Amino acid sequence: MDLSKKTFHWMMTQRICLQETACYTNAVTQEATEEVSLDSPEREPILSDGPSPAITPVTPTAMLTPRMGLGTAEMFERSLDEIEEDDSGDTFDMHIAVSDPEKVGDGMNAYMGYKVTTKTSMTIFSKNETTVRRRFSDFLGLHSKLASRYLHIGYIVPPAPEKSIVGMTKVKVGKEDLSSAEFVEKRRSALERYLMRTVKHPILLKDPDVMMFLESSELPRAVSTQALSGAGILRMVNKAADAVNKMTIKMNESDAWFEEKHQQFENLDLQLRKLHASVECLVCHRKELSVNTASFAKSAAMLGNSEDHTALSRALSQLAEVEEKIDQLHQDQAYADFYLFSELLGDYVRLITAVKGVFDHRMKTWSKWQDTQLLLQKKREAESKLQFANKPDKLQQAQDEIKEEIEELEGKVQQGEKDFELISKTIRKEVSRFEKERVKDFKVVIIKYLESLVQTQQQLIKYWEAFLPEAKAIA
Amino acid sequence: MEYDPKHTSTVVLKPFSQSHGVGVARSVSVDLNNDASLLIDIPDALCERDKVKFTVHTKTTLSSFQKPDFSVPRQHEDFIWLHDALVETEDYAGLIIPPAPPKPDFESPREKMHKLGEGEATMTKEEYTKMKQELEAEYLAVFKKTVQVHEVFLQRLSSHPILSKDRNFQIFLEYDQDLSVRRKNAKETFGSFFKNMVKSADEVIISGIKEVDDFFEQEKTFLLDYSSKIKDSTARAEKMTRSHKNVADDYIHISATLNSLSVDDNTALKKFTNVEGRVASDEELKLTELLRYYMLDIQAAKDLLYRRARALADYENSNKALDKARLKSKDITQAEEHQQQCLQKFDKLSESGKRELTSFKGRRVVAFRKNLIEMAELEIKHAKNNMALLQGCIELLKSN
Repeated sequence: MDLSKKTFHWMMTQRICLQETACYTNAVTQEATEEVSLDSPEREPILSDGPSPAITPVTPTAMLTPRMGLGTAEMFERSLDEIEEDDSGDTFDMHIAVSDPEKVGDGMNAYMGYKVTTKTSMTIFSKNETTVRRRFSDFLGLHSKLASRYLHIGYIVPPAPEKSIVGMTKVKVGKEDLSSAEFVEKRRSALERYLMRTVKHPILLKDPDVMMFLESSELPRAVSTQALSGAGILRMVNKAADAVNKMTIKMNESDAWFEEKHQQFENLDLQLRKLHASVECLVCHRKELSVNTASFAKSAAMLGNSEDHTALSRALSQLAEVEEKIDQLHQDQAYADFYLFSELLGDYVRLITAVKGVFDHRMKTWSKWQDTQLLLQKKREAESKLQFANKPDKLQQAQDEIKEEIEELEGKVQQGEKDFELISKTIRKEVSRFEKERVKDFKVVIIKYLESLVQTQQQLIKYWEAFLPEAKAIA
Repeated sequence: MEYDPKHTSTVVLKPFSQSHGVGVARSVSVDLNNDASLLIDIPDALCERDKVKFTVHTKTTLSSFQKPDFSVPRQHEDFIWLHDALVETEDYAGLIIPPAPPKPDFESPREKMHKLGEGEATMTKEEYTKMKQELEAEYLAVFKKTVQVHEVFLQRLSSHPILSKDRNFQIFLEYDQDLSVRRKNAKETFGSFFKNMVKSADEVIISGIKEVDDFFEQEKTFLLDYSSKIKDSTARAEKMTRSHKNVADDYIHISATLNSLSVDDNTALKKFTNVEGRVASDEELKLTELLRYYMLDIQAAKDLLYRRARALADYENSNKALDKARLKSKDITQAEEHQQQCLQKFDKLSESGKRELTSFKGRRVVAFRKNLIEMAELEIKHAKNNMALLQGCIELLKSN
């Protein structure tokens, strides 16, 4: 596809294909899609067919395969913290490319298959280069597993690209026009950015599901990402419930850092959304400019034809040609505007939503801890009241029962406090990593964008300098 | 192009020599005002609400004027009166009457200003100021354009050997009281409207008349075709420059928001938006204005052709009348005289028409050449500026 050739021009990732794995066969159930707004379900615990959401950070050891290089027993003892610090001396060196979108199947059962090529020198991976084929729901499935595992303990899990009914239906129906090609390209690029962001996270990189996604030739079909599945409906219910809960939780923020950061992220969210809207406006106007330039070029050519003074006629035709070339320039620039700038901003708006979600989880953790504490208090009061109960034969039994409950609750309160402290600590680290990444990301993209602008200007100079002697030749 | 920051609803323009727009008047209609015996310019103008008051300044060595150096205030309607008076003068039927200057149109910047006022709450102070500045620049640009087209109109007249001696023209330049008493009253306006209607009907008939002269036949074909093409090009050039302005405006919003994000040092980006805005307005000046002016001028040339064709038709009709009279042996002398008159008129028109059309072509070619060269040079200059700015910005970012 011509568009994928263009992406070479803008994207930095390399593409070297090793082996073609067998194409993914079509499953029986269809993939229903739903339009998801910018406030994605990242903020709510997503139930998936992965392991159930754990309260304590425990590495799901069942998923480890021997080739990981770390014994399962060792994993038991380590916490995620330590895994993060000990990266076995690997510097981050990984490039993932998503390419070659191919339509598989026909009609409403059809889907787009993408080639995912991983190129790395890191030792935790079994091969230097791997190629697999994945479909969109696989990506969503991966994300939902990661989210359920890591979001509630404070890790900022990058959000997956959005579903889109309109876009996908056009593709399924087989509409081979420019807008569906654009849609596929937009999605391909978004999937690539999603994977790169995910693996840049030191914890997520080592998650076995991520490894499996990148390396294994076949993945179980992620059914629960469908909107109308049982899991999907549960998602929506949870979303509503959480929205209500959030309004009722009033947290005593003892830590000024969190207060400050929360505010900062609110501001950042606003600014990014505004910027995103402006850039989308720019893309739109530049496309308009391109159309108008092309139409003027045609008209100038006709004017040149009807001009009877030969030199002027030639100059006008030349002008028409210059304007045509400039139109092409505008188109290319609009492409850059969009893929470099606008999509980056969109990604970050969604990321900020994930960050805010993580803050919310902390609030929930705190709330849970407080609730447990209240419960403990009540039990203690009940215990002391027992002393004045009337039935002495039942007294001992009741007392024993309550003592048990109290012990259990005390354990839970302690755990709750630990959880809260852990999530707070994790969030601090995550936020500082996020900020660093953000600044780096933006800088890289803005430099690339400015360079694209510079290139446009250079071309403009070339074209007009070529035209000038023609204009001067009019006698 | 710097703009005068002290803006209210009345705008006063500095003398033209200080602005870069001074080239436009000369380039659209090249080399006017080089006859020192009659020099006209519009050194300043006032804008009050919808009305623009031009100060028309004349310097002359001709004895037909009362003073060697004088100025009068004039409104747009006065220019239209002068134009129509010239068009209706029979003696000038063989001349291309310079097209009347279009009415000053502040609709676009005014609308934008209105929208800006409404959206003020959603913008940062800096963004608002920047947008306001851009709008004021646009307003000023429209203003300058309208002054220039009015000036060019007068200068075309003053440099024409016959039209410069017109009595109405003199009155226009000299009469130091309100001209509105001289302007059409309602009845006359209606009369001229009616005349225009008849003229268009005539045009349809006349364009079918067989042309006796090759030169005019060629000119007719050329002008008809060229006229429609240039109208089309003008419209599209307008659309193009408007899109360009939109893009420049978007950059203003973007740089303002980037500022508040303090993601990078974007003074360069701000300057870039300035330059983009300038590119759009220069493009407009050189290209769109050029096309627009010649669109009107070509219409004037076409009008000349039609007048001549009309004279030809009259001549042919008079021939027929003469034949009829000879047949009836009645009023032969009258018919002969009439026929002679028509022939004379037709010959005179043909002669002066040929002259006018030839010089018109020359003027047109020269003007296009000048404008196209200047536009290309400006585009190159701006692109080089942009590049330097952007590269500086990139250097800064990379070094951080």
